[in-house]
Amino acid sequence: MSLIEITEVRKSFGANEVLKGINIDVDPGEVIAIIGKSGSGKSTLLRCINGLELIDDGSISVAGAQLLPDELHLKALRLKVGMIFQQFNLFPHLTAGGNVMLSQMVVKKTPKAAAEAMAHKMLERVGLGHKYDAFPDELSGGQQQRVAIARALAMQPIALLCDEITSALDPELVAEVLGVVRELASEGMTLLMVTHEMKFARDVCSRVVFMHQGRVHEIGKPEEVFADPKTPELKQFLGVH
Amino acid sequence: MIEFSLWDIVRNLLLAARWTVVLSLVSFIGGALVGTLLLFMRIGRRRVLRLFAKYYVELFQGTPLLMQLFLAFFGLGLFGIDVPAWLAAGVALILWSAAFLTEIWRGCVEAIAKGQWEASSSLGMGYVQQMRYVILPQALKIAIPPTVGFSVQVIKGTALTSIIGFVELSKAGTVVTNATFQPFMVYGLVALIYFALCWPLSKSSQVLERKLNVAHRNH
Ligand SMILES: Nc1ncnc2c1ncn2[C@@H]1O[C@H](COP(=O)(O)OP(=O)(O)O)[C@@H](O)[C@H]1O
Ligand SMILES: [Mg+2]
Repeated sequence: MSLIEITEVRKSFGANEVLKGINIDVDPGEVIAIIGKSGSGKSTLLRCINGLELIDDGSISVAGAQLLPDELHLKALRLKVGMIFQQFNLFPHLTAGGNVMLSQMVVKKTPKAAAEAMAHKMLERVGLGHKYDAFPDELSGGQQQRVAIARALAMQPIALLCDEITSALDPELVAEVLGVVRELASEGMTLLMVTHEMKFARDVCSRVVFMHQGRVHEIGKPEEVFADPKTPELKQFLGVH
Repeated sequence: MIEFSLWDIVRNLLLAARWTVVLSLVSFIGGALVGTLLLFMRIGRRRVLRLFAKYYVELFQGTPLLMQLFLAFFGLGLFGIDVPAWLAAGVALILWSAAFLTEIWRGCVEAIAKGQWEASSSLGMGYVQQMRYVILPQALKIAIPPTVGFSVQVIKGTALTSIIGFVELSKAGTVVTNATFQPFMVYGLVALIYFALCWPLSKSSQVLERKLNVAHRNH
């Protein structure tokens, strides 16, 4: 059975239909790269999956948790699927450790000592154990993004959504973040990532989704999608003629 | 005719200035309490309460403080309630301060980046938790300079209460002038005392703001 089931999902902003019937099923442990032009609806799709946007039609479920617009269902869904943002969105008034602890304590009611231990463990996991007491503005972009990953992991989600998580980074900082993601993938974490890192998508992902004008235009294994694009739109996007 | 020494004048003004300070404190603290309540209505999720707070703010910001004082003083008298000047002054200034503080603080809450809401949502936090642990701590910090700055407006606002007969610094200035016939000197002293009260506040508001900007530059 699929872990994430996205069925006939439609979403409009006013008269602008941004998602026009999306169907994707993701198996446990799969790493999916979502590629496509700017404005094709990639971010909107990810944001729908954890309920930051409400869908107009269709259905989304993650490990049996259905996307429904009330706080209880949303919370259940969000405990299963974490999200990493392009702009990191760390809490600037809390240290790295505090960022990782907060939602554990507030949402899961984890006792402080246990949340602290988990924060240390997760920061260690992204290679930032020594930055436990640093505030976000004392960290580089790459480090901030790794803290954001640790913060999401501390909630022990079964899937992670990553929306262009390296796009706001200086080029020399991209590798450290992708390294962490690569490790997560090898540990069996289910990942849906919008990315422009084609080499990464080719090396790490199990499937690639090409979105075009609010539809899944092509989907397949990276070797098929990249080596043998079927549609002219994908050919053009990849720059092959 | 009785001779007034400079010290007599200053002493009388300073004694009255106590009431300016007390009224300012009461107005500011009371305004902050009512303002907090209104803020939660204003940014909360109940539409009725949001609208109530919105119109409250518009009403009090859209009419002169002097009219509010008159209405508190004379208006309640119409219902046979005899309102002493200090009570009318206190009530009007509290309600007036609350409106401005609500609006200042709402701006601070809304200045917090959308990403903070999204990140905390995606971690499973509910609205109250987001407010309590993510939004308000940040909003509180940026709210400090304008709030301190507004306290200066409160102090100056208390001067109007002299018109309904509350004896604070301005009223004392008029009384002393009537006895000494030295308006320029007396009101000059009154102004100096106001300045001594207000200047440290507006200065610290500026300093706080600069400090905050420096702290934010690294983000
Ligand atoms: N909150 C919003 N309100 C209105 N329109 C939006 C909103 N978010 C996205 N859109 C529109 O939806 C379309 C798809 O956006 P997005 O999902 O961000 O695309 P992508 O991530 O592929 O670049 C764009 O046309 C964008 O303008
Ligand atoms: Mg996007």
